[in-house]
Amino acid sequence: MWSWVGHRITGVVIFFFLLVHVLDTSLVRVSPEAYTAVIGTYKNPIMGLGEAGLVAAIVFHAFNGLRIVAIDFWKKGNKYQARLLWAVLILWVVVMVPFLIRHLSIVFGGH
Amino acid sequence: MATPTIDAPRSGKVDVKYTRRKGGKGNFEMAAWLFMRLSGVVLVVLIFGHLFVNLMVGDGIHAIDFGFVAGKWASPFWQIWDLLMLWLAMLHGTNGVRTIINDYAERNATRMTLKTVLYVATVVIIVLGTLVIFTFDPCPAGAVTDLPSFCTAK
Repeated sequence: MWSWVGHRITGVVIFFFLLVHVLDTSLVRVSPEAYTAVIGTYKNPIMGLGEAGLVAAIVFHAFNGLRIVAIDFWKKGNKYQARLLWAVLILWVVVMVPFLIRHLSIVFGGH
Repeated sequence: MATPTIDAPRSGKVDVKYTRRKGGKGNFEMAAWLFMRLSGVVLVVLIFGHLFVNLMVGDGIHAIDFGFVAGKWASPFWQIWDLLMLWLAMLHGTNGVRTIINDYAERNATRMTLKTVLYVATVVIIVLGTLVIFTFDPCPAGAVTDLPSFCTAK
C-alpha cells in the first residue's frame, strides 16, 4: 500500500518537474544567453539538493514501475510482490549512493 | 426467516445496473493500462541514459549550458532520443495524473475542469518541445556566448 502511495506522489512530482523542464529547455530556441542565464540560476546548493531529490523520486518510480510490470505479467509476480519491493529498495540504494557521491561532490565542490 | 438467494456473479442473472457497460468507451482504459506498462519500460532506459549522460559523465551538471545542448542536438541520435522521451514521458505522466484526478476529484465539474487544464498543458508542452527539437539552430546568428566549439568554423 505504501509503495502505491509512493508511486503516486513521485509520479506527480516528476510530472510537474517535466513541464518546467521542457519550458526551460525551450529557451535554447530563444537565445543562448537566455538559456544559459536560467540554467545558471539552478547552479547552487539548494537546487542541487532538489535535483538529488528529483533523481531519488525518478529512480524509485522506475524500479517500482518495473515491479508493477512484474506483478502484472509474471506468473509468480503476485506471490513475490513483497520481496520485489525489497529488491526495489535495495536497487534504489545501490543506484543512489554512487549518484549522490558524484552529484553532491559536483554541487558542493564549488568549481 | 427465509434466506435470500443471491445469484452468482457473471451468472447472467445479475441486475443490469451492476453489469459492466458494453461498448461505449471501447477498450480505451485497457489500452491506457497497457500503454503505462510498455511506455514505462522504455522510459526507464531513455531516462536513465539521459540522466547518466547529463549528470554523471564529464563535468556533470555543471557542464550544462547552451553549448552542451547544442552539441547533443547536432546529432539525430539525441534528437530522436529526446523526442521519444518527450512524447512517451508526457503521455505517461498525463495518463497518470488523469487517473489521480479521476480518483480524487469527486464533483463532475471539478473533474472536467482539472482534466481540461491537464490536456491543454500536455498539448502545449508536446508541441512546443517537438518544435524546439526540430527547429533549433545550434549556431544562431549574432550569438557569441556559450556556443558549441563547431560553430567557430562559421
